[in-house]
Amino acid sequence: MDSALIPKGVERCSLKRFLLGQAIVGAVVLWGVYAMILCWMKGLNQTNMNDSFGFALWIWADLAVIAVGGGAFFTGLLRYVIGLKDLKNIINYAVLIGVCCYGSALLILAIDIGQPLRGWFIFWHANVHSMLTEVAFCLSLYMAVLIIEYIPLLLENRQVDKIPFFHNLSHNMHVVMAVFAATGAFLSCFHQGSLGGVSGVLFGRPFAFREGIFIWPWTFFLFTWSAAACGPCFTILVTKITEKITNKKLVKDNVIDLLAKISGWMICSYIIAKTIDTLYWAFVTAPHAGFNVMDFYDDNFWAHGIWILIMEIVICGYIPAIILLREKTRQNQKLLWTAAILATIGICLNRWVLVMQPMSMPVMTFDEWVLYLPSWQEIATTILPIAGGIMVIAFSYRYLPIFPQEQELNPVED
Amino acid sequence: MFPFSFEWIWDVGHVVFHGGMWYALSIIGAGMTYCVLKAAIDTKNGKGGGDHH
Repeated sequence: MDSALIPKGVERCSLKRFLLGQAIVGAVVLWGVYAMILCWMKGLNQTNMNDSFGFALWIWADLAVIAVGGGAFFTGLLRYVIGLKDLKNIINYAVLIGVCCYGSALLILAIDIGQPLRGWFIFWHANVHSMLTEVAFCLSLYMAVLIIEYIPLLLENRQVDKIPFFHNLSHNMHVVMAVFAATGAFLSCFHQGSLGGVSGVLFGRPFAFREGIFIWPWTFFLFTWSAAACGPCFTILVTKITEKITNKKLVKDNVIDLLAKISGWMICSYIIAKTIDTLYWAFVTAPHAGFNVMDFYDDNFWAHGIWILIMEIVICGYIPAIILLREKTRQNQKLLWTAAILATIGICLNRWVLVMQPMSMPVMTFDEWVLYLPSWQEIATTILPIAGGIMVIAFSYRYLPIFPQEQELNPVED
Repeated sequence: MFPFSFEWIWDVGHVVFHGGMWYALSIIGAGMTYCVLKAAIDTKNGKGGGDHH
């Protein structure tokens, strides 16, 4: 029924099956939309926000999706600015994942501010002393860049491409894509960094506070670095999941191997820098502020115990780096899956540690550790963009030529 | 915010933040304008009739 819209030379499941899948995920989206409407209509009392946690679970979800979406800007930089031609076979998917991640971040922010109708205040009544203003500027502009990078894909749909103007527009956008990719990389570096900077400048929160250069704490650089390092791993992970679901090989091994190798070197350098930063913080910064490093970890081991530090740096940092650095382990599919999963968990955990844990720990002598339990509305609205992202990816995979190598890897017999 | 807005102050913070934003917006806007105009001219000249780039 919709075969005229499906790219030439590739096979897709029946429309009925596709719509059934979309309907199942769509039900989750509707649940999230209901929770979102509750938050907008009734206000932020629908959340479990309190004096300790003023941003709800959303702030972590926001930082995590932005971090894993870093694969888009870094792959774009490698492909269009540095000129790694092999990555042209995965850049479309990296952009699509980026669109979903950044779209999710903006949607979550629209709920988190409570009054989305006043969202434009941050642009017009900007507080130029706040790193979050920079984040808002760069995030919005980078979303525009991602949409611009996604438009040529939409225009390459079989039917749309037949219209000469759209065909020419798509071609011209490809020609100048390096300019957009470079702008995107510039914007990404700053908003990823500023999100880290927000934690690092909190001198009243010694768990998060870091020294740095000029106005930028070390967390500024570590956030950008980690997003560039782990973002490509998330791209690989989603690609592998898509291959499993579609039961097809969509990207050649040499392309995945190149991206995994670059990601491995990035994770390795990042995790060494992170280790140095942690050691300096534990033995110099914290003692100067009058703290022993173990003061930052709760006696309740499972809530805010030291395990989280070991998990983040050793298990989700060094292990994926070691796997991805060695050609033999990188080319082992099980180990590649393991590395991609660990790196993704690692970066999400890093964002959790730097935005949720500083809020949990006592600051005053009369304070106690606080454990945050989100309301169902927060959980539903956090799952909403993920489900929405799955629908967008499924739609794009079905109707757009996302994977240039798919036809060659999966020849269809007429 | 524009320099002619009543809240505007000529200091480093405003110039860097808003200057950066307008600079990035200009690049994005100019890039898209170029693509759309060139596509219109190409179409008028008969290009893009089913050929593939």
